[in-house]
Amino acid sequence: MFFTYLRRELAGRRRQTAIIAIGMALAIALVMIVNSVSTGVRDAQAAVLESVYGVGTDLTVSQSPTPPAEGEAGGPRFEFGADAGTTTDGSTEISQSRLSAGPGSTTFDEADLASVQGLDGVAAASATLSLTNTTFDGELPDFQQSTQGTDQMPADGEQPAAPPQGGFDGAGGSAFDVDSFTVLGLDPASAAVGPLSAVELADGRGLEASDTGEAVAVLDAGYATTAELAVGDTIDVGGTEFEIVGTVSSTSADAATAANVYLPLDLAQSISGEEGMISSISVQAESADGIDALQAEIEEALPDATVSTQSDLAASVSGSLASASSLISNLGLWVSLAVLVAAFLIAILFTIQGVTRRTREFGTLKAIGWSNGRVVGQVAGESLVQGLIGGAVGLVLGLVGIWAVNLIAPTIGGSSGSDVVAGGPGGREMVMQAGGPGGGFGGAMPSAASSAEVVLQAPVTVSVIAIAIGLAIAGGLVAGAFGGWRAARLRPAEALRSVA
Amino acid sequence: MYTLEHVSKTYAQSKRRITALQDVSLTIPKGQLVAIQGPTGGGKSTLLQMLGALDRPSIGRVALGEAELSHLPDRRLAGIRAKEIGFVFQGFNLIPTLTALENVETALEPLGVSADERRRRATEALGSVGLGDRGGHVPSELSGGQQQRVAIARALVKEPDVLLADEPTGNLDEQTRDDIMDLLEGLWRDRGLTLIVVTHDSAVAKRAERRLHIRDGAVTER
Ligand SMILES: Nc1ncnc2c1ncn2[C@@H]1O[C@H](COP(=O)(O)OP(=O)(O)OP(=O)(O)O)[C@@H](O)[C@H]1O
Ligand SMILES: [Mg+2]
Repeated sequence: MFFTYLRRELAGRRRQTAIIAIGMALAIALVMIVNSVSTGVRDAQAAVLESVYGVGTDLTVSQSPTPPAEGEAGGPRFEFGADAGTTTDGSTEISQSRLSAGPGSTTFDEADLASVQGLDGVAAASATLSLTNTTFDGELPDFQQSTQGTDQMPADGEQPAAPPQGGFDGAGGSAFDVDSFTVLGLDPASAAVGPLSAVELADGRGLEASDTGEAVAVLDAGYATTAELAVGDTIDVGGTEFEIVGTVSSTSADAATAANVYLPLDLAQSISGEEGMISSISVQAESADGIDALQAEIEEALPDATVSTQSDLAASVSGSLASASSLISNLGLWVSLAVLVAAFLIAILFTIQGVTRRTREFGTLKAIGWSNGRVVGQVAGESLVQGLIGGAVGLVLGLVGIWAVNLIAPTIGGSSGSDVVAGGPGGREMVMQAGGPGGGFGGAMPSAASSAEVVLQAPVTVSVIAIAIGLAIAGGLVAGAFGGWRAARLRPAEALRSVA
Repeated sequence: MYTLEHVSKTYAQSKRRITALQDVSLTIPKGQLVAIQGPTGGGKSTLLQMLGALDRPSIGRVALGEAELSHLPDRRLAGIRAKEIGFVFQGFNLIPTLTALENVETALEPLGVSADERRRRATEALGSVGLGDRGGHVPSELSGGQQQRVAIARALVKEPDVLLADEPTGNLDEQTRDDIMDLLEGLWRDRGLTLIVVTHDSAVAKRAERRLHIRDGAVTER
């Protein structure tokens, strides 16, 4: 009887069933999509972190940058002597490549690595040196021409001195390119921890223990493509030619790796002049529970260092990923909550209205001996099934919505650490600073921190499905409770109320 | 057998107190056919509520056989309604979404009868009111007279001791009214029911053994 009656009611009152179910369905679908997308954003954050710091890195040790002393440039300096370059046709071509510590990062003594490795609870630790290679390439006019022009004032009627010649436009102009890429020096023997643990080989081979002291380099596959370099080519880093032995790409799809070029640590140190210096230590803890204790331990051992855990680092992920994350967690949450509350209210109001409309029906059932509990159960059962229908429709809608998000697959960028540094035009100075607090050259350059592009994937997890089913049941029960409460209060004598 | 002693029922309506029944004392022996008449608002339906265990009097005692209807808790009253009392209403009061057969079955739901037994007895009850072939129709597909027959089958399927009807022919034309009254009278005669019918219609009242008149809550015998 319960199921017969239930079936007949839902089929016989299709409009009410449809309104309640559609309201629930929309709310459930929205909650599912928001939940799934925010999981996707979290995964993307993890992917960015992984590509920058590596898999299995529990703690990262670095030193916070200190502003450079007065008059000291934060970026690389290019200094050309009077005889630098080769002069042809009144213009001088100069080219220089410099490797220096990335702006915004501070180097510290390699000995700290040994201190960290010596601590209890450290499973592995490896050091990296984060550098930026800047190449200056340019053509300058012969400045002696203009000097002559000023010394010899032209006499009346005479032709003015010939305009300066040479330079890239043949009229005394100058042109130069500043090109930069990020370089990461790492110990080829301990690639298991650190940035290279989150990469897979795209071509050639990775750095091996025997590469220490060898002029070999591994390139980010994406960078190699843009720079038109391949395994077997050479790349000029700080004036030294390195043989490219391999290219790597991120294991998390579509994210770039931590740096453009990877070199053996010792060579990176000597070429950049950062002998015995490192910029970051990646630490793997022996157990996940010990991370907090280990963090304190390292901070004690290295008072000047900044020790960050993965969750600290997650907070530092910036860029559109961070705004996506806050958009989802704020706006998405509130909108879906509002729709959910609206859907619940609609379900409750329609259920109460339905019970009121059926006053005589329920009064009659009570008059012929149905117990209060039996009538309430019938009302609650109807609401529960309406909720479940809404849940089923919502589940389908939600899955379609998540599928659509994945179909669009928005790409979001995230960078970890300090933001991109943009400088204004620095003028025609011969000393140029690429980024850094001391002022900048035109254009934007990535800071020492790395950035990555991640395609947002909204996963369908068990919890997404469980939320949908849970909400459907909750919505049905809440509406059923209100409807049942209304039905319980009906007097059996209502059955005798004269018909209008 | 019904026993009513000094029964009064008052309703508190906003500020006024309405006395629907005023010190009613009477007995109705088992198997009697009683007609209750009176002007509108006189208290007919209120009296029927007392007899049908739908409500309790404000003052006084109502008993059906051994059962003290005026003092039992709601759950017990529901049980008595389920087993011993059949109702027929002016508006038929069928469940609109259920078929005729299922409507009759609802009366057996609180008695814990098995589904097969329920179906068999409901089919039999529908047959006894002449609607054996209409079990699969919903109320909106039936005429007023047919709907009231379904309601009578629903009231009788549990084989009650008492059948209470509140203007059972009020919504029907004269021919159908007589058919329904013939049916009720026949059932009363065959089954030894106590049949109490509230009616405005003196043609209906004339068929009763006993006629009660109720005006302003006070009952008089005619
Ligand atoms: N639930 C209630 N609340 C307040 N007053 C009520 C209630 N039920 C009935 N009354 C009042 O009690 C009085 C008797 O009503 P009752 O329904 O018994 O009359 P009736 O004789 O059945 O009239 P009708 O012939 O119109 O059906 C009326 O004045 C009515 O307004
Ligand atoms: Mg009445």
